[in-house]
Amino acid sequence: MKSMTRLLAATALTLALGGAASAKTLVYCSEGSPEGFDPALYTAGTTFDASSKPVYNRLVQFVPGTTELEPGLAESWEVSDDGLEYTFKLRPDVQFHSTDFFTPSRPLNADDVLFSFNRQWKDDNPFHSYVDGASWEYFNGMSMPDLLKSIEKVDDLTVKFTLNRPEAPFVANLAMDFASIMSKEYADQLAEAGNESALNQQPVGTGPFKFVAYQPDAVIRYQAHPEYWKGQQAIDDLVFAITPETSVRQQRLLAGECQIMPYPNPADVESLKSNDSLEVMEQEGLNVGYLAYNTKVEPFDDPKVRKALNMAINKEAIIDAVFQGAGQVAKNPIPPTMWSYNEAVEDDPYDPEAAKQMLDEAGVEDLSMKIWAMPVARPYNPNARRMAELIQNDLSQVGVTAEVVSYEWGEYLERSKAEDRDGAVLLGWTGDNGDPDNFLAVLLGCDGVGGSNRAQWCNEEFNDLIMKAKSGSQEERAELYEEAQVVFKREAPWATIAHSVVHMPMSENVTGYKMDPLGGHSFEGVDLSE
Amino acid sequence: MLRFFFSRVLVLVPTFIGVSIVAFAFIRLLPGDPITLIAGERGVSAERYAELQAEFGYDRSIVVQYLDYLFGLVTGDFGTSITTKRPVLQEFFTLFPATLELAFCAMVIAIVLGIPAGVFAAVKRGSWFDQTVMGAALVGYSMPIFWWGLLLIIFFSGVLQWTPVSGRISLLYFFPQVTGFMLIDSLLSGQDGAFTSALSHLILPSVVLATIPLAVIARQTRSAMLEVLGEDYVRTSRAKGLAPRRVIGIHALRNALIPVVTTIGLQVGVLMAGAILTETIFSWPGIGKWMVDSVFRRDYPVVQGGLLLIAMIIMFVNLVVDLLYGVINPRVRTR
Repeated sequence: MKSMTRLLAATALTLALGGAASAKTLVYCSEGSPEGFDPALYTAGTTFDASSKPVYNRLVQFVPGTTELEPGLAESWEVSDDGLEYTFKLRPDVQFHSTDFFTPSRPLNADDVLFSFNRQWKDDNPFHSYVDGASWEYFNGMSMPDLLKSIEKVDDLTVKFTLNRPEAPFVANLAMDFASIMSKEYADQLAEAGNESALNQQPVGTGPFKFVAYQPDAVIRYQAHPEYWKGQQAIDDLVFAITPETSVRQQRLLAGECQIMPYPNPADVESLKSNDSLEVMEQEGLNVGYLAYNTKVEPFDDPKVRKALNMAINKEAIIDAVFQGAGQVAKNPIPPTMWSYNEAVEDDPYDPEAAKQMLDEAGVEDLSMKIWAMPVARPYNPNARRMAELIQNDLSQVGVTAEVVSYEWGEYLERSKAEDRDGAVLLGWTGDNGDPDNFLAVLLGCDGVGGSNRAQWCNEEFNDLIMKAKSGSQEERAELYEEAQVVFKREAPWATIAHSVVHMPMSENVTGYKMDPLGGHSFEGVDLSE
Repeated sequence: MLRFFFSRVLVLVPTFIGVSIVAFAFIRLLPGDPITLIAGERGVSAERYAELQAEFGYDRSIVVQYLDYLFGLVTGDFGTSITTKRPVLQEFFTLFPATLELAFCAMVIAIVLGIPAGVFAAVKRGSWFDQTVMGAALVGYSMPIFWWGLLLIIFFSGVLQWTPVSGRISLLYFFPQVTGFMLIDSLLSGQDGAFTSALSHLILPSVVLATIPLAVIARQTRSAMLEVLGEDYVRTSRAKGLAPRRVIGIHALRNALIPVVTTIGLQVGVLMAGAILTETIFSWPGIGKWMVDSVFRRDYPVVQGGLLLIAMIIMFVNLVVDLLYGVINPRVRTR
């Protein structure tokens, strides 16, 4: 039955394509539907995979497979000596997609760049609220409105960004999905037709693949962009087969209905690896899972107590039980794939005896505390409840009584921010732009107390280092961050628990796929061997 | 008959208002709100939070919000999804045909197999057939849908490779949606093999979704038949020498059908609930999965709009069932 269906299907396709039997189609079993196709409106990786990655480019891009930056739509850029002016030279002759619904009359120019940012920034831009509830989450989340003073068109191929204060991670921000460059000509055309919302449903960009069609919750189709500025892709068609259920995704891969899938069930990774027709790539995720003490509440205001508790936690056991091997023990607050990761830092050893003694020395007796367990699975912590129970058990070995508590996710996020919070909270973070500032300043800086700094930890020495690291060359900055990690380890505001390891099973004939440390899925440069 | 019809329709108005209030209140009673959830670990400042509240209109009193919502409903505006920023009604009608197609096929399977199985089990009461059917019905009724679906996929798609794993049609086919019903659209497309592909994709999910209603219908038919078969008029018609087929098929079955039709009507609700799981397992792009995702995201407009629309469909089906009673049993009309 199946082979017959396939035969018929293949015949149909051949007929439909007018004999173009050699068309190469890559099918990706994606894990969910995109929320829309304007990446700046959203924050979910699934949406970026379907919008910014295939359809768009940014001024600056990540070198595939790394968090290093390389020129994208901007050929080069210069930074003024005071660190306030960034001047980008655009690549000439970059063509937008020509589709059923739009034919571009000109290549990319500075107007497109201005449009792409102004619609997120300026209230008076006609596309600022072109869909209900457009909140430009990332643009605001990365503090762009505070940071930007002006964006100017110098000439057709030159754009100048002026900042209010020096901010070295700014260039990395421009490589993020929200900074995708759209066609102003297309937007103008839509506005004229009174059909603005199509910008979020039928995207036009400069990226490796052009959008063809989307059937909600079922399938997204793309075609290689023939005039792509980096050259046409080796595959002709890219198809996202939306398959939310993990085991079904795996069955589809095994049945050959797709060639590549994300997020396998950790328990199945071994059997997938042993399958000869598959290859399983793996990489550390750009994330960290941690237990944040409330450093403003006794006795957790004493670094010695925090350090002792850290030594009581058996992290190896957590990796085995909670991550089922798809994780690694974390010693620093940033993941090892990130530049400035300090290899030299030594993790606190697992030593319950010593921990007990340290607690005694600190004068802590019969300590009882709460451990907050997240109600949802995240890459950096697939089962927080289980993790909390393991920690509870470890702590009981050193005479500490722990109670595990949990709240609904939205409430959890809110309540855990409180400066007088009772208990240590399990949480984590996934990097946005590959810059250490995005971890260290956001999660541990003094500005984050009462907010994203769940340890409520404000250490002057640490904070000076990360503030200083906001400007300068990458080497200078890396040195400061390495030092900051030493301070962090000494003061122990968190127990750093784990970085996840991400697996990507694919058919063995898929070549050229590069895993993205930032967690995205891009099919640029992928080919199918015969 | 006309009076009967209008009295039934009139009851729908207060039900509609009641459901709209429940749908509106239900999602707001859950802790957590969409803004905090969109922001996630990143968080959102108090000022920004207030700004977004105002933008979505959630800073107004709950009564004003409800009245505004109700006014929108009357004018056909179900609001806009917080997540996708698309109108709820548009999303619903894009996805609903898939659910309807699946539910319809499941219902056909359940009725076509369930009623005869129940009738034969009743007629041959105590036989091995009766015991097998009732045993199977009990198992089917207790089967966790999620597990059952995966089991069928692993066996029929994985091991035997008879059916495709999931989706509505092979990805090789690509044609525009006309009706939204894949079986019809695939025929309209004129592409060779498209219909076969759509049909083969429909088999497993329909079987999974049909399992519980099938079991319920078979059991209900059997017990209704047993009751009727013991009635005096059945004995009389037998005594008169009518052919057994006529006694069972016309005299007994027709009267036994009333509770069965009620059961079938009630199964529509079960189908909607089952569709949520079935659609998730088989990557079936229908409204079940759409609703579940929205609950997790606290996408208020989608949850309240979706609940209301589903409730309207169930109310409509129940209306049809009520009217069917009248057709099957004339006494209902005159009461």
